[in-house]
Amino acid sequence: MPKHEPVLLKNMLQPGYTGSLADYERAGGYQALRTVLGKIPPAEVTHMVIKSGLRGRGGAGFPTGVKWGFLPKDYTGPKYLCCNADESEPGTFKDRQLMERDPHQVLEGIAIACYAIGVETAYIYIRGEFALGAKILEAAIREARAAGYLGTNVLGTGRTMNVWVHRGAGAYICGEETALLESLEGKRGLPRVKPPFPATHGLYNKPTVVNNVETLANLPHIITRGPDWFASIGSPPKSAGTRIFCVSGHVKRPGNYEVPMGITCRELIFEQAGGMRSDKPLKAFIPGGASAPFLTPDHLDVKLDFESVAQAGSMLGSGGVTVMEEGTDMVWAALRLTEFFYHESCGKCSPCREGSSWLVQTLRRIVAGQGRMQDLETLTDLCQNIAGRTVCAFGDAEVSPILSTLKYWRHEYEALIRAAEADGPTELLMPTAARH
Amino acid sequence: MLKEKYKAEIDEILSRYPVRRSALLPLLYLAQQEEGYVSEPAMKEIASILRLTPPQVYETVTFYTMFNLKPIGRFHIQVCKSLMCALVGSDPLIGWLEAKLDVKPGDTTKDGLFTLSKVECLGACGTGPMMQINSDYYERLTEEKVDRILADLKRDGTSTLKSGPFMWPEPAQRA
Ligand SMILES: Cc1cc2nc3c(=O)[nH]c(=O)nc-3n(C[C@H](O)[C@H](O)[C@H](O)COP(=O)(O)O)c2cc1C
Ligand code: SF4
Ligand code: FES
Repeated sequence: MPKHEPVLLKNMLQPGYTGSLADYERAGGYQALRTVLGKIPPAEVTHMVIKSGLRGRGGAGFPTGVKWGFLPKDYTGPKYLCCNADESEPGTFKDRQLMERDPHQVLEGIAIACYAIGVETAYIYIRGEFALGAKILEAAIREARAAGYLGTNVLGTGRTMNVWVHRGAGAYICGEETALLESLEGKRGLPRVKPPFPATHGLYNKPTVVNNVETLANLPHIITRGPDWFASIGSPPKSAGTRIFCVSGHVKRPGNYEVPMGITCRELIFEQAGGMRSDKPLKAFIPGGASAPFLTPDHLDVKLDFESVAQAGSMLGSGGVTVMEEGTDMVWAALRLTEFFYHESCGKCSPCREGSSWLVQTLRRIVAGQGRMQDLETLTDLCQNIAGRTVCAFGDAEVSPILSTLKYWRHEYEALIRAAEADGPTELLMPTAARH
Repeated sequence: MLKEKYKAEIDEILSRYPVRRSALLPLLYLAQQEEGYVSEPAMKEIASILRLTPPQVYETVTFYTMFNLKPIGRFHIQVCKSLMCALVGSDPLIGWLEAKLDVKPGDTTKDGLFTLSKVECLGACGTGPMMQINSDYYERLTEEKVDRILADLKRDGTSTLKSGPFMWPEPAQRA
């Protein structure tokens, strides 16, 4: 494959492509579903997905086919597929584009997954704010049902595949898979303690697979072009395929760029996204959404694949790459993200619920010019007592902006605090428990 | 009463789920669409439709930021204040809106037209600064664009500057 041939964005890059069923079919759409349905045994489809090396695009990067394989084998009762379209990680806006511009690609992926794991009911859990996306998906589902690609007796094979759009209502945490399930059950979106995992105890306590929109959108291509083709793209074996990176911040051309995994941060930022927006050089970037630790210009040659970014001390996460230019106040940046986490903590566990409040207030005090050197110890101490001690991975995420900015830009914290101390003693502002 | 007015719709919603309670968020949306907010009578009615207690409905409603528990302005302006938008100017834009509408975030203009809120990331970080007004997105905002949107809304109740199906960069803008 030539270096930057798009796969998921290919259709929508064609001038005039509307994402209608007719357009999608003209571009070869639903051929993959026809190929598998009743012709390739479900277990073989799962095997193809394992062989392709596809890993989840929602954040954790778990191998998709392996996850499917965790569903109980001898079980014949109801089971479910949930397409995670919550897309709430700050810096991420790719699923929105996949759903609004090429909804049938997502639906075909869902249908293939339903077939492989033997599911008759799938829910697309879409963040509430994406009202337009929900409308577009619902219209596409109606089209697909009328054409026999979804519904009862899919393509005359007697199989049932019902897909419903379920709108969230404003809660970042509902992107976490077990919070998503709680929310879909009509409850507060509080993550569940794992194990048990959704594969055995998921929606309504039944075996369930949760997959991200982009993960599912890859499936038709894996079927049509074969697992070996997929496994040859990017940096196989661990990071096969393309990724849609969402570039935001101080670049000339922010937006979604689909590239093979393994290109460098420099290529993405300076070639795809056009480089810095002004003559100010790059100061910092986040490679994988708000939950991923900040990196520095020294990391520009790190490859954008799961392993390389993890080795550099961050994570590929959701693919949201945020670029900051020289002059950006890093303590302020850490505060902005920490405010987000504080607002979105679901409140189930105390280290995260109380800790996020303390983190925000300590940072606010420093930014307001009232910090003290011991605040830095307080921040570190709090972070160490949150990460790894919570019900869900949100706890690890919320400390990363602070720990990584303290690691690389500690002098900025110290300068603010020294200026505050030079101003003379001020009353120590104690954190209060007020929320929102 | 929702039950009489939306009978077919409610039945269709219930048919999607094997467990009634799953219909809670969809029914709350219906209630909010009807009254502009989720009223106490609506919560009680939804509880009875779903065979839940009113507190079960209430505890759920209060978890989700998109449900208003009291009436708000005709146009709910929600500006994203998260980091990626802040890097490209959401703070001054919020200041501009505050001055223009003469309200603070959380408040409604005296004529009842606009409620201004600051919110966290809305999934449009590459096209910031951005805001959502009712269910529509408005992106790549400038002060002039905001002025035009507000004028459009006052005059026509809608604005052509709202976002369509999203793609950025658009194919034509790609290098
Ligand atoms: C706090 C938190 C938020 C998350 N938000 C999302 C999200 O918005 N979308 C998503 O696909 N996955 C999100 N995830 C990851 C999901 O829990 C889950 O791993 C993913 O949906 C699995 O799909 P995949 O294997 O296809 O990636 C989130 C995880 C955590 C801990
Ligand atoms: S870590 Fe935070 S978000 Fe996750 S369950 Fe605990 S309180 Fe909720
Ligand atoms: S940061 Fe504003 S939309 Fe994501």
